Amino acid sequence: MIEIKDLHKSYQMGANSLHVLKGINFEVSDGEMIAIMGSSGSGKSTLLNILGILDEAEKGTYHLDGKLIKNLNEKVAAQYRNKFLGFVFQSFNLINYKNALENVALPLYYQGEKRNIRMEKAMHYLEKVGLADWAEHLPNELSGGQKQRVAIARALASDPKVLLADEPTGALDSTTSYEVIELIQQINDEGKTILIVTHEDDIAHMCKRIVNLRDGIIIDDSQVQQIRAKKIEHA
Amino acid sequence: MLSLERWQEIFETIRKNKLRTFLTGLSVASGIFILVILLAIGQGMQNGIASEFEQDATNRISVWTGVTSESFKGLNPGRRIQLDNTDYDLAEAKNIDDLEYKSGVYSRWGQLTSYKAENGSYRVEGVRSDYQFLENATLTTGRYINQNDLDSYEKVAIIGHRVYLDLFKKKNAIGEYIEVSGVKFKVVGIYTDPGGEREENRIFIPLTTSQRVFNAGDNLRSMAFTLEKQDKFEDALAASEAFTAQLEADLKARHIISPTDERAVRINNSLENAKRFFDLMNMIKWFFWGVGICTIIAGVVGVSNIMLIIVKERTKEIGIRKAIGAQPYSIIMMILHESIFVTAIAGFLGLFFSLFVLEMVGPLIETDYIKNPSVDFGVAFTTVLILVFAGAVAGFFPAYRASSIKPIEALRDE
Repeated sequence: MIEIKDLHKSYQMGANSLHVLKGINFEVSDGEMIAIMGSSGSGKSTLLNILGILDEAEKGTYHLDGKLIKNLNEKVAAQYRNKFLGFVFQSFNLINYKNALENVALPLYYQGEKRNIRMEKAMHYLEKVGLADWAEHLPNELSGGQKQRVAIARALASDPKVLLADEPTGALDSTTSYEVIELIQQINDEGKTILIVTHEDDIAHMCKRIVNLRDGIIIDDSQVQQIRAKKIEHA
Repeated sequence: MLSLERWQEIFETIRKNKLRTFLTGLSVASGIFILVILLAIGQGMQNGIASEFEQDATNRISVWTGVTSESFKGLNPGRRIQLDNTDYDLAEAKNIDDLEYKSGVYSRWGQLTSYKAENGSYRVEGVRSDYQFLENATLTTGRYINQNDLDSYEKVAIIGHRVYLDLFKKKNAIGEYIEVSGVKFKVVGIYTDPGGEREENRIFIPLTTSQRVFNAGDNLRSMAFTLEKQDKFEDALAASEAFTAQLEADLKARHIISPTDERAVRINNSLENAKRFFDLMNMIKWFFWGVGICTIIAGVVGVSNIMLIIVKERTKEIGIRKAIGAQPYSIIMMILHESIFVTAIAGFLGLFFSLFVLEMVGPLIETDYIKNPSVDFGVAFTTVLILVFAGAVAGFFPAYRASSIKPIEALRDE
């Protein structure tokens, strides 16, 4: 599904260049649920942004679903983002003047779906994240956990191959965090490939594989025994 | 591309960002409103001034005489110059092909006039039949003076509307006899004059009759002419100036007046006055256009400013939309579509509101110098389109920039 080789990325900070990724080699196959860990500044978010075609690497190759992602123009990049990728952000990034249902329906708009089909599908995904009753509410009328679940529904709406989550629980308390992770686990159970950037150990251990980054290189990449979030919630 | 889907998206955005929409709309609508009102007042002033000229034929040339102010060929200053029929006949004979209307005038002020028990004091003018057109008078009933009246010294009178109201109190006047300075005249016509009451306060009688009744011999008080119409204003002006100069020279030669004497013979060329007024009118017009265009520029700047702020404010939203797969093209179109839609609606609202206000308030502000304030709909319409276009251009560049920055940078924007 995802294959990256010798990926480099640096940022220009005034006169200095900050080398963030220093040669990442990394493969992801279908149905995996991976936690990307590391302290702040380790490059984990940068890696996720490159995987999500929100940002571009300078060196190295990136294949998504067999296609080389390099020097794409914005038009093609937008198509790939829309078709292959779903994003979940730490700060939710919902459009604040659209209600929950409309937010979820937005990726479908960019896929060119008709309005009634959009709304129907969006409702389906809202039900899936348990927020059907909140469909008409604006984001600022929802709690953090609800917002994140709307964001997840939106990420799923376009039926992507890969779900990318950047600190999805970063702005949530632990109970809400577990609810969100439980939802993500369910989605993974249904076969979606999921990458989560987190710096929380407990969240990482709810994934099936943990990739540890430090100073721009992978220092550890291992399969782990997945802990189900549901059990913790009820413990 | 006018897809229904995008319209729905636009309407949703507009509905949920009412203040933003309102402010954009207000700047456009007020710009158009001010422009239309200004242009209408400009037009009103133009109409007002033009109507001031309607009281007499616009190309009328009037000649009258006074007292010499310079000694010339041994004659002392202070001599009174008297026009007579010969002056008129000479001027007519010399320019017979160029003259359109012509008349000598012998008039008397303040003539006591009575009909039965009613009486009043009016100016009585003895004129030729062309004088109707020189005065721009319109007959409401009856006829004007004709050649037969002149040839046989008929005692007929054409009375002004004011005179008619005074003496006849709206009763039938045609065929009735009025007494002017003790002489009975038969009323054959009633006229109105665009110059208003002041011009309708007169009684016209045949010139020959007038000269005989007032014992004036063949003296004239004044003469009036118009030249044949020309296609171009400049040609007409040149012809009338040449005619005026020639006439003045001939009169001065015949009456032995110094060529530099400005008091003895006076010639008023309406066309020259008209030119001055038309120049003034044009200046007023350009001034209003200037102010109007500045208003529109201010409107364009306002719209551009708002568009810049809108795009800035929506940068994060644009990042989100791009992250979930929006094409750059669809981002640009989203912003342009909204901008065009809002400016167009607001522009036309401003246009219709201003037209409505003109319709309501226009008649209330009418004075001598503002008449029928109105605006060319085509001009106003074009202005709206210009503003809409400017709004679109102003929106395009920031929209294009926002659509081409990396989504990750747009997302970071707070």
